Order: sequence, then C-alpha cells, then structure tokens
Amino acid sequence: MVAGRPGGGLTSGGLESGGLASGGPDRGGLNSGGLKSAARGSAASYPPAGLPGLNERWSKLVTAPDSSGVPRTWHLLDNASELAAAGLTPTGTILCVHGNPTWSYLWRALLAESVVAGAGASDGSDAGARAGAGAGTAENAQVWRVIAVDQLEMGFSERSGETRTLARRIADLGALTDTLGLEGPVVTLGHDWGGVVSLGWAVDHPQLLAGVMMLNTAVHQPEQFPLPAALRLVLKRSMLTSTTVHTTAFLDTTLAIAHPSLAPDVRRAFRAPYRSASRRAGIGAFVADIPVDESHVSYAELTRVATGVAALTVPAVMLWGPRDPVFSDRYLGDLMQRLPQADVTRFENAGHLVGEDVAVAPILLTWLDERIGTHVLEAGDGELADSVEDGLIQGGPIEAGLVGGGAVEGGPIEDGPIEGGPIEDGPVENGSAEHAPAEYRPLWATLLERAADPAAAVVEMLPKRASGGRRTVSWRLLAWRVDEIAAGLREVGVAKGDRVSLLIPPGADLTAVLYACLRIGAIVVVADAGLGVRGLSRAVRGARPQHVIGIERALAAGRALSWPGQKISVRTLSRTLAATLGVQHSLADVARSGRASLASGGDLQGEATGGAAGDAATGERMPEPDDTAAILFTSGSTGPAKGVVYTHRQLSALVAVVKERFGIDGSTGLVAGFAPFALLGPALGATSVTPDMDVTAPKTLSATAVAEAARAVSATVVFASPAALTNVVETSAVLTLPQRRALGRVTTVLSAGAPLPVPLLEEVQALMPEASIHTPYGMTEGLLMTDITLGEILRAQQDAARGDADRDETAGTAGAYRAGGVCVGRPIAGVHIVLSPLDGEGRSVGALTQAPGVTGEIVVSAPHLKANYDQLWLTDREATRQTPSTGRWHRTGDVGHFDAAGRLWVEGRLVHVVTTASGVLTPVGVEQRAESLPEVRRAALVAVGPVGTQQPVVVVELAAEHGRGSGRVPRGSRGNLASTELVQKIRRVTGVDVVAVLVIGEMPTDIRHNSKIDRAELSRWAAALLAGRRPPKLGTPGQGRP
Amino acid sequence: MTVLVTGASGMLGRAVATEVVLQASTEATRGETVRTFQRGESGLSGVVPGVTDARGSLTDRARVRAAVEGVDAVIHLAAKVSMAGRPEDFDAVNVEGTRTLLEEARAAGVSRFVMVSSPSVAHAGLSVVGDDALPADPERARGEYARSKAEAELLALAADEPGFAVVAVRPHIVWGPGDTQLIERIVERSRRGRLPLLSGGLALIDTTYIDNATTAIVAALNRVEAVHGQSYVITNGEPRTVAELLGGICRAAGVPGPRFSVPAPLAREAGGLIERVWNLRAHDDEPPMTRFLAEQLSTSHWYDQRRTRHDLQWRPRVSLDDGLARLAEWYGVGGQREDGQRSGCRADDCRLFWVAGRSTHPPN
Repeated sequence: MVAGRPGGGLTSGGLESGGLASGGPDRGGLNSGGLKSAARGSAASYPPAGLPGLNERWSKLVTAPDSSGVPRTWHLLDNASELAAAGLTPTGTILCVHGNPTWSYLWRALLAESVVAGAGASDGSDAGARAGAGAGTAENAQVWRVIAVDQLEMGFSERSGETRTLARRIADLGALTDTLGLEGPVVTLGHDWGGVVSLGWAVDHPQLLAGVMMLNTAVHQPEQFPLPAALRLVLKRSMLTSTTVHTTAFLDTTLAIAHPSLAPDVRRAFRAPYRSASRRAGIGAFVADIPVDESHVSYAELTRVATGVAALTVPAVMLWGPRDPVFSDRYLGDLMQRLPQADVTRFENAGHLVGEDVAVAPILLTWLDERIGTHVLEAGDGELADSVEDGLIQGGPIEAGLVGGGAVEGGPIEDGPIEGGPIEDGPVENGSAEHAPAEYRPLWATLLERAADPAAAVVEMLPKRASGGRRTVSWRLLAWRVDEIAAGLREVGVAKGDRVSLLIPPGADLTAVLYACLRIGAIVVVADAGLGVRGLSRAVRGARPQHVIGIERALAAGRALSWPGQKISVRTLSRTLAATLGVQHSLADVARSGRASLASGGDLQGEATGGAAGDAATGERMPEPDDTAAILFTSGSTGPAKGVVYTHRQLSALVAVVKERFGIDGSTGLVAGFAPFALLGPALGATSVTPDMDVTAPKTLSATAVAEAARAVSATVVFASPAALTNVVETSAVLTLPQRRALGRVTTVLSAGAPLPVPLLEEVQALMPEASIHTPYGMTEGLLMTDITLGEILRAQQDAARGDADRDETAGTAGAYRAGGVCVGRPIAGVHIVLSPLDGEGRSVGALTQAPGVTGEIVVSAPHLKANYDQLWLTDREATRQTPSTGRWHRTGDVGHFDAAGRLWVEGRLVHVVTTASGVLTPVGVEQRAESLPEVRRAALVAVGPVGTQQPVVVVELAAEHGRGSGRVPRGSRGNLASTELVQKIRRVTGVDVVAVLVIGEMPTDIRHNSKIDRAELSRWAAALLAGRRPPKLGTPGQGRP
Repeated sequence: MTVLVTGASGMLGRAVATEVVLQASTEATRGETVRTFQRGESGLSGVVPGVTDARGSLTDRARVRAAVEGVDAVIHLAAKVSMAGRPEDFDAVNVEGTRTLLEEARAAGVSRFVMVSSPSVAHAGLSVVGDDALPADPERARGEYARSKAEAELLALAADEPGFAVVAVRPHIVWGPGDTQLIERIVERSRRGRLPLLSGGLALIDTTYIDNATTAIVAALNRVEAVHGQSYVITNGEPRTVAELLGGICRAAGVPGPRFSVPAPLAREAGGLIERVWNLRAHDDEPPMTRFLAEQLSTSHWYDQRRTRHDLQWRPRVSLDDGLARLAEWYGVGGQREDGQRSGCRADDCRLFWVAGRSTHPPN
C-alpha cells in the first residue's frame, strides 16, 4: 500500500507523542525494553516542505508488515514517478539505507542525478554530470530507480516504540521490499550502520542483487581493537540516553563533522525529523544496538552479515572519508578483505558524512555504468542469479575487461580501465604480443646466488661529522641478514600480504629489511621522508600497514599521529623509550628470533631454489609473480601523494630494463644517490654505495661525498637527482686529485625526476669526462620510460633549431622539429608511448597519436609499469581513460610531442597548461626561452583567469647581477613587477603575449626534488597580485606543500 | 540608408560616425549616410562627406523625433558621464533620454538599434577576472553613472522585438590620440610629477584602442539581426598591468612615468573621505578621487572576448603596442588636440583613469 504525497507540505511538528526515553545499556548491550517502554509511538509523516535539494514528489508513505507481522508505515524517497514522467523505464534499482542519526535526505542528490543521468543516457548524449568519458550511450543506457528508506523509528517513518535489533531491521527492510514488489537487479547503498542493514539485505537477496555500494561503514568489530573512543563515550551507560535522546548532542556532533561544514539550511534539514526527545528515541536505540562484544544481542547477526558479505561476488564499491572518528580506515581495511573485488576510493579530506563532503552521486552512477554489465540489467531473474553464482559478470561486448582480471579477451574498449578492480590483477602483457614479458626473476634471486660471496654488496658512507668511515656489508652477510630478518618477521607475525611501512633512510638496514619483506611476500610501503611529516602521515595511515619498521624519529612522529600497526624499531631502544613509542620489537630482536627459527630448521632454506612458486610445502607463503610487492608513494609535488602498487613481476621487469639499459652487472659499483633506484642495487647485482648525504635534502649531496662514495667501490655508475647534481657541480672546486680520478672512472651517470639544463649536464661531463650522461624520463608509476644521453640532446636541439629556422622561411613544415620542451629521447625496449592531443580547454581527449609535432598528454605502456593506484579507483580510472585495450597503460599527466626523429619532448604538466582564447600554451618551452635571457635565472609560466580564456603570466627569478638597481618598479610598490624592458624582451623571446612579468625572490619548489616549481601555488600568488588583492604567503622554498 | 549616431561630439562618437561613412562609401551610397545628434556640433558636418548634424538634447522629445525621421538604424552613444552628480540628472539623460529615443525610433520605423553601454553596468564585485558580459544590474552597479546606464541597457534590450533588433555593446576604457579625458589627464599629471600608482599598479586592466571600439560598434550594427537581445563587452583582449599601461602612455607622450605608489586601501579611504567632503560642499564637478575610482584603479578588470569576437565576427585591428605607437606619433608631430574643442571620450569609462586631483585646463 503506497500512498502518494497529498498536496501541500505537512509539517512534522504536531506528530509527536510525549514520553521520554529512559533506561540504558547494560555493559554495552541494551537491556531489552529499555527504550521500548518509554516511547509510545507516532505515525509516519511527510517531511516539511522546502528542504533544500529535496523534491517533495519523491516522498511516499508505505505501509508494510514489519518483521513481527505488524503493519508499520515507512517514509521513503522514490524517484520512480519522475522517471516515468521523463519516459524512462528503470533498468535497475538502487536501494539506499541511511545510518544513524541521519535519514533518507542523505541520498537526495542521487535521486536527482539518476533522473538526469538516465535522461542523458537515453538521449545518447553525454550525461554531463559524469566524470570524464564513458557516459552511457543509447545501447547500454542505464536508468536507475532510487529508493531511499527512512528506517523504522528513524527519519519520518513510524515510531512504534519498539526496540529494533539489527536482525529485525534487516528483516523489516526485506518485508518492505517484498511489499514494494522490488524486482532485480538491485544495487544496495548504505552509510554508517545503515551500511550493515543494507549489506544484510544484500546477503539475504542474492537473486535480486547486482552490486553493493558503501560509504563509511563497517560489518565487523575486530576483537583485538577497542571501540572507537568517540563511540565508547556515547555508549557509556550514563551517557547514552543523555547524549542521544534527551539532548541533540549526538545528532549535532554527527552533523558537525562535515568537511566543509554543512550549510545551515542543510543542517536544519538533517535535524528536521529529530526535533524532540521522543522522536530521537530511535537514535539512542540504534546506538545501543551496536554490538560491542559477543554478549550483545546483535552480535550473532552482525557476524552472520560479515560472513555473508565475504561470500558476495557481485561488484562492490566503497567511497570513504578517512576523517571519521568512528568508521576509521581500519573498517575500510576489514571490508576490503571481505570484498577483494571492491573498487575503493578514499577522499583524503572527507569525513564521516562523505556523501555531504564529496559529490558522490555522479561517481556512483559512473561506477554503475562501468561495473554493472548491461546484460545483467536486461536479464531475467533466473539468468541474473546464474551470473551471480558464477561470480563473474562477463562484460559483454561493451564492458569487457572491467570485471575480474581477464582484460584482454574483450573487443575494442573505448575507455575501459585495463587493470580492473583487484590489486593482484594479472599483468596484461601476458596476453599482448606487443609486450614480450621479461623472464621473471625474483628480486632476491641474486641474493641467493651470491649467498656465499664475501664481496661487498652494500656500502654506507658514514657522516663526516660523525668521524666518517664506512659500513660495508658483504653479499654473504646481506643474504644471511635478509634470511634472518625474513624468518624473524614471520615469527613476529608478519604474514604474506601484510603491509609493512618502511621508514628507514637508504642504506644497509633499509636494503636488508626491504628484501626480507619481499621474500616473505609482505608488501613494502615506501613513502619518502620528502613528503614532510603530514604527507608522510597521510601516506602511512592511508596505506593501513599492519606493521611499521622505522627509525626513532619516524616512530615518534607515528606515535604522535597515531599511525596504525605493530611497531618495530631499527635500533634497539631502552624499555622506556620502546614503551613510549609503542614499539613491540627491535630489528635486532627480529633478527635474533629469525636466527633461532632458522637454526631450528625454519623453512626459508627450503625456498632457495623455489623461484616464483616455492616448493609445495611452503608455496602458499611464498609470493607469486603477480602478488603485490610494493606500494611506492608519489612525490606529492604534483598533488596529494598517491600510493602506486607494483607486483613482483613488474619490479622484476624494472630491474631487467635498468640492467639492460645501463649495462649493470655483478661487477658494477653503483653510487646510489637517488632513492627509487638505490633500492634496486642488490636486485641488480651491483655493489651499491650510499653517499654521505641527508636523503631528505638532495642539495646536501656534495661533490666530495659522491667522489668518496665512488672511490669506496670503484664505482662506474652514479645515480643522482637533478638537485643533487646541481650541488655536486657547485661544490666541485674542493675535490682532491684522487677524488677527481675516482670520478674520472665513472662511465654512466643517470639523473631523473626533473629537467636538467644542458649547461649543467656539460659541467657534469667536465667532472666525469668518461661518462655517458643519461637523463631518462619516468615517474613513480613507471620509473624508466625513455632514455637520452647528453650527445643526443644536443643533436635534438640542433634539429629543433633548424626546424624553427625552416619554418620561418617556408610555411607548412611546422611541427616536424620544433623547440619547446625537454627532449627525453626515445622509448626504451618494451615501452610504448602515444600522445592524447589536447582540446581548447586543455583536456587530453583527442584520438591517440604518434604523429610528430602534435602536443598531447603522454600515455605510456610497459611491462614494468605500475599495476594500479592504491585505494584510488577514480584516479585509476582517469589514468587509464581512453587507452588501448591491449597492454597496461598509464596517463602520465605530462604533456609533450614527438619530433620527426621519434624523440619525445616533454612540455610540462597537463595541469599547468595555459588555455588562452587563442589556444593552449605548454610551460616548458616558454620558460626555456625566457631563461635564455641573461637577466633571468629561472622562469615559470602560470595562468590567471578562467579556463579557455586564461592570460599567460611569466614569473621570474632575476640573475644576481640584475636583482637590484634601476629599471625596477617605483619605490613604495611591493617590487613584484619586472621592468618594462624585461617585459618586452620576454614577450619577444617567447613569442607569447604575456600580460605581465612578475619578479620573485625564489620560486616555491617541492622538497623531494628541490627542483619542481610549485606552479599551482605560484598561480594563486600571481592571480591575487594581478587582481589587486593581497597575495597568499608563499611556502618557504624547499619546504613544498604538505 | 541613414544611420543616426547620438553623442557624436565625443571622441568615440565621431569615430563611429566616420567609420559608418567609410564602410558605406564602398557600397557607393550617396547623400546623407550619417546623421549625428548632440547638443553641440559634431565637428564632422562639412568635413566628412555624408554627415549631417541634427542638434538637440535627449531630454527634448520633439528634437529626438525630428532626429530619427527617415533613419534606418541608430547607434546610441550619448550619455551623461560623470563621477559625481545628482541621481535625477543621470536619470533624465541616461534613462529617460534612452527611453524617449527608443520610443521615437520605433515609431519612426527604425529597424536596428545599437545601445553603446559600459562594462560598469554589471560590476557586482570589485575585480573582474576573465568574465563574459554579465546581465546589467542597476541594483548592484556602483555609482550613479553605472546605475543609470544599467537601467538604460535593460530598457533597450527589453525593446528588442521582431522588426526592431537591439544589441548592447560595452567598450571598456576607450583611448587614443586626441583623447583629452584619459590620455591628457595622465600625461598632465605625470608632467607635474603627480601620477601615482595604487599598490604598485599590479592590477590587470584590459582597454580598447579607439579604432577597435569603433569597428566593433559598427560590426554590432552589421550583425544586429544575428545578435539582437544580447550584450557584448568590447576590449583589445590584451590585459596589462596598470603600471605598464600608464608607463606606456607616458612614454608615448614623452613625459616621465609614475614615480610613486600609494597603498590601495589608503587611496580607497581617502577617496571615500574626499567624496563625502566634496558632496558637502556641493560642487557640481567631480571630486579628485572617489572610492569607486580607487577601486577601479587597484583591482583587475579584464574580460572573456571569445563570444564577442565569434558573434560579432570582429577582431581588434590595432594592437595595444600599435596604438601606443600611434599615440607617440601623434605627440611627436606636436599636436595635442585636433581642434580647440575640449571634448573626449564621453561614452566610456575613460574617467576611471582620471587620477587624483583635477586638471580643469589642458596644458598648452
């Protein structure tokens, strides 16, 4: 029995009956009847009119028997009639269940947007609201009916005065959907404890279920963890009714934790059904129903749901706000284990009310479009049930490759993310002729082979200020140490698949721990200290490691910021300090117990020849090639740090290409002054030496330190960051003759991470005359994509200069060769690169091309490319948007072009492209030309104004001899305008109608590379100045942004 | 075919009238091509062939009626332009005058009407950063001039109907050689060493060289059937900092550029104070610095020109640098004004540049 809404808005005000709730929980559970006796009940009602975003026509009152067979009236929102009015036939239903203390109002945007999206899809036009490409077409039009219920005793549904346990609530909802005659396919959506109810419904209705969607929720209270403090407080007997019922404190607290805070009218709308104590009784009862331990009446039901969820094979998505005092990342982790197929996206700045903090509706609809195969929506119930049982929804002709790991079999995919949902997704190159997979060689293979070799494997140059010297670890010792630690880690509970966060500076300790983790299949989480404490903390917490191994400084920060996981210190700490830092073990303890374990016949030995799979006895504990090996965090200089997931096979492929490309073998000595490559030393088989430097500050690498490190191992290969190389050149005057000789023996220099000016490379060449200087191109997601040497750079520049000259003389040859960018050479073996051309608004949406002269986003593919991002389904989706269906591809976010000789030129970051009314401008070429002026030390192109009609602005650091004196702005100004002469020179030399040239003392840069200019911050600064506003304070150079 | 150009005694009005004749003459039209309408002489009659003067005030309906007789199209530039003054004076000319002109034009069978308006009609906030033309808003416009022009533009667009096509164009800060309002005042103040910058002159301002404003207005007339009912901001599309603009103008005129800077908040305060005192003393001319002026000079004002250029099928012909070169040439040949008349750009916001202090008499 469904009642439509009568004309005119009823208000809820007069519907309350008296009676305050009283009683409370006894030891976590509610003594039955505690709240029940108090509330006498009141009928369901319509919400008051005029609540923002709420369409009054959605509201319905539906009377259905509850789980006890008593008729109860629900208030629910349903957009069925709106869809019908728009001539749309639903292809499925989204069943939404709110949590406590909210109501169906939470889902208002989804109700509205599903109608818009449905209409867009059936028009065959882009639905607009969808992110990126891939909106429905006429062929696979999805139209979603959305039903959002107010749970009984909550919102505007009936107040029966009864206590509804979890089991009853799940059964109540089932009885309601029976009454509604809800047919499949149904996708559930739940938030907070409504998530549990919706998942319970999902478990109970497999024949209807097509998918599950969750916002901050939980199905399990892990035994070993205490309840979240916020909830413990509320659950205290004395507090329960006073916070939840007698006052609006619980309600207010929940509504107050939105980021940013809710608009006042929205906040009022959330409070609308809970205006009096009797109407809030349900809130108290709901909180009291949280099963805190096994004695609780709802514990069994929660366990049933949790177990049932783990058996679900339908597509799942979780959108999570980590700033949640109750449903913390721990619960996300639990759900991810139960639903390994789930797509997960964490929104760093969102909290408990993630649906209010982030526009989740278009994301959910996009997800449904991609993950719920069309044939599911067309299938009858029987057929649907079959495919559910199969656990695999074959994508059909359109959605192939979206579900499960087998991405290759599909036909042409326009925009299908290749890597699919699971982290352990098999690398696609298996099925691709283009990517002949490198032979898989475990990363620790060399360690095993050289386990008896007394030669040096790792050398650590000790700080000069601490008397200098070096620490040398032989292959034999390293192999033994790795074994010990590996066995010891198992002893202290580190299991295959566990995440281990490593907060150890590069050197012998890090190397040993890293390879120990890899050997036992633990996933190493490596976040550069260069992210800064806040960035590091976000990375560590977000990655949810079960274990943290670190130096005291890192562990202290972790303690202060309550990082999760078991803590292991690198050094042995005093008992007091260990207790203070929450440290359970030291590395020495771990090694000792490992030694004991190995001595008593532990099982690491048996794997010596095990290779990929290990032997039968230990196979399940050994990592497979396609298991996740590592999560590396991006620098954060180009946005919040993202976790990049690599499998063992992918890292193995990386080692193979580095070896091959730079001719590294067992006799090579390698100066590892650049973190990502430094870790590869033992896998490469090279003797790696860490120079004396503060790894968090590349500028601390001196020429002396490099030379001494090179001398120590007779190094022929030097890896160093661009900022480090700059400093090496600047400090080279003090080198002694033996040190110069050591550098003279270097045959290969590798520097990457930021563009290096040719004059600097020439100075490096002077310092290391025998060296071939490589400046390859890569990113955390794919560390080595192209390569080029200094000689080739010079040739490329000559070609470009000639191309520019030709173009001046003859029209029509444009683009074959042109200056503008950093030449990074040709793709190395196994790497494929295409470009995705830009449109007028700077979006990379053009058809992929390799045509010379066309500027586009650089899209790469390689066997050693990342698997995916960690818990960033949306980012994954964007990074693989509109890429070829074979191979594993990645949109780099960089823009560039190919020249006629097939060399790639990087022109800057996609987000830094300036979109003027007369076309897009890429930054690097403009900056290089500006920097060709003697007055300019460093230049940055930034934009002011709206996309599509932006104005280019050049910000410069003046060369020292031009920094002061005449020709500047009038006194009394802030001194940020360049002289008219310089402005005109820059316009002339760049060929760009720059609206203004601003002078800055020093550019804000990121800390990791100390070289990437923070253009976003610079743009904000320039925009404020040029609008006549007070500019924001710029970050101290080198500090980067948190 | 006759086009009525109102306000042709101003720099822009005269240029528009001349441009209409220039474009028409290529079509071998004879006789009266442009009729001008303003209180004084246009200075064109007898100089530019095909131009006749019909003198009168917009507040005089009979004169207006006579002026529109036999006319096919109207370009309406005449307005009371001032920083100060009583609201009713602005209303009489800018609002009621426009209303009268619209009514009489329609009655006389005029089919095309170009309303020359001002970007200030939609200045809701302090700075404009790449906005397209927003709807005119008398409620939020700052100052009586902008308020009355906003009402006038709304009146004109409301009159748009089949058979009577109306378009509004809003040139932003028009300048050029011979402009006594903007250029002369800057040059004079600078010569006396009294030209300040506000907060370093960092705000980006887009301006319109006289020839570009002229061709855009005539383009609007030519395109009115396609673009009627709409408003378009017109600029060079070359935003520059106030410091660079003032410096460029001074260099062109051979006088020293701005030598000192005043903090904008201070100037705004001072402007507000001067404004109040000025009103107390009931001057009928303008205060040396108003709060509005200080805001305009210390905040950015540049616009999105994509729609304008696309719809009007028009592009600026003279770049900012070329315009400054022409200005330098004009000063170089010693001319300060083409005639002894004190006129200038009247229909625009050129007085925004009238910086601190009055110069009632141009230098000799």
